[in-house]
Amino acid sequence: MADASQYKLFAFNIGDGVEWLVDWIQTHLPGLLDGIAAAIDFIVSNLEHFLLWVNPVVMAIVITIFGFWRVGVGFGIFCIVAMLLFFQMTLWPETMSTLALVLASSFVALVIGMPVGVAMARSDGVERIVRPILDLMQTMPPFVYLIPAAIFFGLGKVPGTIATVVFAMPPAVRLTNLGIRLVNEENIEAGLAFGCTPRQLLTKVQLPLAMPSIMQGINQTIMLSLSMVVIASMIGAGGLGNTVLTGIQRLNVGLGFEGGLGVVLIAIVLDRITQTFGDPQKSGSGNGLWARIRQALTGSDGSDSQADSAR
Amino acid sequence: MTEKIVVDDVYKIFGPKPELAKELIEKGYDKAQIFEETGNTVGVQHASFSIHAGEIFVIMGLSGSGKSTMVRMLNRLIDPTYGAVRIDGEDITRMSSEELINLRRRDMSMVFQSFALMPHQTVLENAAFGLEVAGVDRSEREPRALSALEQVGLKANANSYPSELSGGMKQRVGLARALAVDPSILLMDEAFSALDPLIRTQMQDELLELQKKQKRTIVFISHDLDEAMRIGDRIAIMEQGKVVQIGTPDDIVTNPADEYVRSFFHGVDVTKVFSGGDLARRDEAEMVDDPNADPASVRDRLVQNGHAFAVVVDNGETYRGVATAASLATAGTLADAYVDVEPVGENTPLNEVLSRVAHATVPVPVTNGGGKYLGSVSQSFLLQTLDRTG
Repeated sequence: MADASQYKLFAFNIGDGVEWLVDWIQTHLPGLLDGIAAAIDFIVSNLEHFLLWVNPVVMAIVITIFGFWRVGVGFGIFCIVAMLLFFQMTLWPETMSTLALVLASSFVALVIGMPVGVAMARSDGVERIVRPILDLMQTMPPFVYLIPAAIFFGLGKVPGTIATVVFAMPPAVRLTNLGIRLVNEENIEAGLAFGCTPRQLLTKVQLPLAMPSIMQGINQTIMLSLSMVVIASMIGAGGLGNTVLTGIQRLNVGLGFEGGLGVVLIAIVLDRITQTFGDPQKSGSGNGLWARIRQALTGSDGSDSQADSAR
Repeated sequence: MTEKIVVDDVYKIFGPKPELAKELIEKGYDKAQIFEETGNTVGVQHASFSIHAGEIFVIMGLSGSGKSTMVRMLNRLIDPTYGAVRIDGEDITRMSSEELINLRRRDMSMVFQSFALMPHQTVLENAAFGLEVAGVDRSEREPRALSALEQVGLKANANSYPSELSGGMKQRVGLARALAVDPSILLMDEAFSALDPLIRTQMQDELLELQKKQKRTIVFISHDLDEAMRIGDRIAIMEQGKVVQIGTPDDIVTNPADEYVRSFFHGVDVTKVFSGGDLARRDEAEMVDDPNADPASVRDRLVQNGHAFAVVVDNGETYRGVATAASLATAGTLADAYVDVEPVGENTPLNEVLSRVAHATVPVPVTNGGGKYLGSVSQSFLLQTLDRTG
């Protein structure tokens, strides 16, 4: 049997190189690492404290009302059932902890990802550089960067959040880029013809018109964050992921199922609610709760009812 | 007539080596050859014309003729490769981007084929878009946008979203958005082409109506000859990036510059393009400007000048009647010599004039609304006209 090393061209070891780089960052840039850790810890911890501070019943009612308002009656009822299930499984603190992790990671991913997406849309050069980095982020198995994340930031919520950000950011970048690039050429021309500066063109034309696509990216980012919950709990991120992990370690099928069901329920609630923000008509004004009730009662949304005969 | 927009030897060459392409254009290569040789696409070549203040100037051509590129060079959505575009005497190709933005905000706006409304904004917000961009306060821009919407008859829909409107209404919003900034120049790129024919005609009428109230310089891009004839004060016809002819609608129909221009009129009903006034000619008959003249002396004049008919007008050139050599020979006074023919109005369409001329024994006189004599239409001249344009 051939020795795999016989095809090596250089004595250099790629793995060693990466280890050297990790060591170097750790010894030479401790300030940067501490700064990042402090910022992320601030966001996650405060968010978690807040979510746990609110009375669970009040929080459950708020989420349910949101479901009724944004999506509809059927989904509102689903929200009631989901909230009762969380209480029944006695998983409320874990649920809020996971929610905090997901929202914080998504927030960080969007704060970094959307400007990158905008830069990518405006310059083909940036796109050529960023695209392979995104490919790398999406295809590299998460366990691989879980290790350096733990080395840099120790165990806990901070490395969990950072690993989640790496995993969940690419769709936000890609869909922001795509959305802006796909804005109708005549709308861009209209913006320019009426005297938009480049900044006005971005804020008044490109971003609003790319919004459905950008919202889709935000939705995807949130969904991917949720799918990292269990993996992130391996480095001590806690929450529902921890429940699942404990279930696996103890071969406790019931516990694992409860944790998994919790993740799925959060996913459905977040998915459906964030989806509604991508629809320009629904997010426009005049589509409040009352308007939705009225629409449901009259069965019409006013479109196509006024043809040219209005003249 | 002041020249509002002057296009001076403008070229637009897309691609890597414009100098090379321009050389080849000067050697007389056509677009396809130039693309093959250099990889450049010639959008517009050697275009020079001027647009008068307050006229509707239609640029017409088939797709690929460069007309859309042409109009975009007037507000520099596309930068000309060579040449100058002067607006009110100022060369916009030399403007800094800041000056250009100011010009676009202040003095020119554009209407688009696919409307290009902002779907996330209401009709009112869309109409106020140009003012918003220019930094006008909400309290000032909303009344102005509302009055622009009123001009196009959409005030009641101010709070609707574009998706709730029909195509015709959407384009009214597009027009209101352009009018709200009160520009002196309006660029309209195939503005009515996406509308169905009935709405299109209605919009053309409204545009003409608006133009009557407030004269703007309108540059209208169209591929539709009927549209160009209806609304254009002057028409420029483009082919392969070149302006092949510029003139009034009548000029172009009666004297097409080449086969390409002529080919536009295949299938066009010329009887709708022309009216009585276009055909009236004064050399068809002897004009007599004294209703009390002696019939015999008028007859002598006819014989002398080789005319068969006399048209009698008073000293204000108001039409009185037509007499023939035969009727003059027997009549006691000039009024007795008038033959039975009704004058046609200057706006009577050619298809009506046609039957009147066919049945009349003398050239049919044409008068304006006030009864002033403009000229006559003879059978032979009518046939010549139809033959030339047919």
